[in-house]
Amino acid sequence: MKIVVPIKRVVDYNIKPRVKPDGSGVETTGVKMSMNPFDEIAVEEAVRLKEKGVATEVVVVSVGVQQAQDTLRTAMAMGADRAVLVLSEESPEPLAVAKVLKVIVAKEDPGLVILGKQAIDDDMNATGQMLAGLLGWGQGTFAGNVEVADGKVKVSREIDGGTEDVSLVLPAIVTADLRLNEPRYASLPNIMKAKKKPLETLNVADLGVDTTRRLTIVSVAEPAERKAGIKVETVSELVEKLRNEAKVI
Amino acid sequence: MSEAERESMSFDVVIVGGGPAGLAAAIRLRQLSPQTSVCLIEKGSEIGAHIVSGAVIEPRALSELLPDWKERGAPLNTPVATEDMLFLTETRSFRVPALDKFMPHMANHGNYIVSLGEVCRWLASQAEELGVEIYPGFAASEVLIENNRVVGVATGDMGITRDGKQGPNYQPGMELRATYTLFAEGCRGSLTKQVMQHYDLRKGVDPQTYGLGIKEVWEVPPEKHRPGLVQHSFGWPMDDNTYGGAWLYHFGENLVSYGFVIGLDYSNTWLSPFDEMQRVKQHPAFRKHLEGGRRISYGARALSEGGLQAIPRLTFPGGALTGDSAGFLNVPKIKGTHTAMKSGMLAAEALVDAMSTERVEPASYVQLIKESWLWDELKSVRNIRPAFARFGMKKGAVYSAIDAMLLKGRAPWTLHFRHQDNEELLAASLCEKPAYPKPDGKLTFDRLSSVFLSNTNHEEDQPVHLRVKNQGLWRTVNWDVFHSPESRYCPAGVYEVVNETSEPALHINAQNCVHCKTCDIKDPAQNIDWTVPEGSGGPNYPAGM
Ligand SMILES: Cc1cc2nc3c(=O)[nH]c(=O)nc-3n(C[C@H](O)[C@H](O)[C@H](O)COP(=O)(O)OP(=O)(O)OC[C@H]3O[C@@H](n4cnc5c(N)ncnc54)[C@H](O)[C@@H]3O)c2cc1C
Ligand code: SF4
Repeated sequence: MKIVVPIKRVVDYNIKPRVKPDGSGVETTGVKMSMNPFDEIAVEEAVRLKEKGVATEVVVVSVGVQQAQDTLRTAMAMGADRAVLVLSEESPEPLAVAKVLKVIVAKEDPGLVILGKQAIDDDMNATGQMLAGLLGWGQGTFAGNVEVADGKVKVSREIDGGTEDVSLVLPAIVTADLRLNEPRYASLPNIMKAKKKPLETLNVADLGVDTTRRLTIVSVAEPAERKAGIKVETVSELVEKLRNEAKVI
Repeated sequence: MSEAERESMSFDVVIVGGGPAGLAAAIRLRQLSPQTSVCLIEKGSEIGAHIVSGAVIEPRALSELLPDWKERGAPLNTPVATEDMLFLTETRSFRVPALDKFMPHMANHGNYIVSLGEVCRWLASQAEELGVEIYPGFAASEVLIENNRVVGVATGDMGITRDGKQGPNYQPGMELRATYTLFAEGCRGSLTKQVMQHYDLRKGVDPQTYGLGIKEVWEVPPEKHRPGLVQHSFGWPMDDNTYGGAWLYHFGENLVSYGFVIGLDYSNTWLSPFDEMQRVKQHPAFRKHLEGGRRISYGARALSEGGLQAIPRLTFPGGALTGDSAGFLNVPKIKGTHTAMKSGMLAAEALVDAMSTERVEPASYVQLIKESWLWDELKSVRNIRPAFARFGMKKGAVYSAIDAMLLKGRAPWTLHFRHQDNEELLAASLCEKPAYPKPDGKLTFDRLSSVFLSNTNHEEDQPVHLRVKNQGLWRTVNWDVFHSPESRYCPAGVYEVVNETSEPALHINAQNCVHCKTCDIKDPAQNIDWTVPEGSGGPNYPAGM
């Protein structure tokens, strides 16, 4: 069985994002970019399934700009076998990505597609679900555990206050949650080896997919700064402040 | 770590550190000898992630390395347009007239204001095009020495837990073996330090002295931005015996680089470089540039100030030292980029020469350095920083003017540094406590909100990379005598004293470290050892830094 893992290049999770002065979006020029952390978990899960003998090949796919090939190389250093880069504008919308992935899935014919549950830049949490809808496949989202056996995949979903187990017939879509696994480091020898693994580059225009933007960003603003706390001297002062300043009682 | 399970790979040349020195060496090597295999590793998560510099740079070495740098799109976009040197009192400032006469080393005609991190990223792209293999995110943690020859370095193990055991994600380090190894770790390199000790490279030269630079990048309203403006200051708030001053450069798109450098030979244990840099912003001469803007980044880094007198032996069997690792910084200019690049280029030439004759030690490097403009330049300014140390700031400034105007740097004498910076601190009881103003959160800030903007991060579950060799010594020396100077000089708030009144102890917040190396330099008993943490840990300085 082949596994396809779509991955996205995003602003590194260590970086404090900065809104552009004109409020049109987040500054990305010269900012460190790396693999979306949930996608790393997805890659790790796919590689583990391969190491267990469940999967035979892991193919990583990214839809984005040329530099996304660095992200694909990282995934191959973690253990993916080959990569496909679909060149497009930076950060296309989830529906456009899902449509591109549908074309890739038709070509690759995987038994399982594992995605991150969401990208940490726009937090859309939509691509996996949309892809499932477009393909008409079953979906196990927010996976905290994944087991593949007998043509099925059992997914423990992280839901409010517990887990929910679902069983899906393959082929299926899984989206990875935080606790699914702890991704490995890309070691230096593996990074060196990954330079030689195959990376195919396609153009989104050649795939016949309409990626026109459907969403308009009205404005982007930084969250209001948290005010420093104050010390109250007495209980009555506290009650007074809660009533008249915070207006919560 | 068990060495048996480490993988190993061989190259002609391995370069430790992706700053201007290492990258210039890599480029020069492939230009001169395209078949030479060159591998460069960098501890930052990407090239430029750990670079802090002013930076006004002289394009001299760059033009020698890549004469068509403009066409290739090098990010040198803001030429210096106007410049001022100010002497500050608490409320006023006086402009030094005829700067190019009195302080010719401070004149910046023909130079560019840049983000050195960006320049490094661009240099890395040029090096990769020439076939250099660059691996950011890997720290060299060990020098490999066999039969008294350096035969490469090893990267650190990943996934070691806090208590030193192999965690679930353990990955052994890798040996990078090489015919020649170049150390380009910048100021106070952790492996350079070991190599210097092993081969006794500092024998017969002055002790290296250092400065600490702390920097902020601001975005200011377009109507306030004056691209190309360079402003330096000396005087307030430093006393006459403390070497230090501030800079302010307008560059790029509405960006201002602001920072403060202080000589680490300061003696007042109560002094806090961080708070000094914060309060200089309140001076009208600086405030007016920053008010109405917002701070977007913060960082700190030590620099070498020993100059020519402190340059060690540069070669050893199997390699050489380059850039600020060797101490090639023009101190009165506070410029080390062009000298770092030049030394890297000359080291590359020496290696190519040594390779062709299969020599173990690339000894021709020393000759090449001594015949170059780099040596003449360092020689002509060699007495200025020691004069400040010896005569104080005001008389030092007079000396430096005489040196520049009358002696033209050719004084028949050479002033020396006698002490290491860590020996200069005075006991807490002998020093006066400066009163630092509280931060206002708009112009001035506290340490923690500052460190936050360096985007620094370290995997939490790893051994503490700041090693206090003798815990008892901390109590008797650092606490009892100096009242924990590390909790003041560390610009990242890494060192904290807990239980001050009962059983004082040192708490180390290692995740906050921004790799400036000050603690390794200034700890009074040299009891703190800065070692490389797990690769890619440390600051993630954004564009503009
Ligand atoms: C505050 C400040 C202001 C300055 N202003 C100016 C200025 O205006 N103009 C100017 O020309 N110069 C300036 N300088 C000096 C200049 O920045 C340095 O001289 C120059 O960067 C030195 O280059 P380098 O390559 O030797 O070292 P660095 O630039 O320090 O680069 C060393 C690199 O090696 C990496 N490294 C270190 N150890 C290891 C290891 N063990 N394994 C892997 N990687 C490692 C580091 O992360 C770093 O990226 C300034 C310096 C400071 C600190
Ligand atoms: S711990 Fe040392 S190296 Fe790290 S930031 Fe503080 S002084 Fe600098």
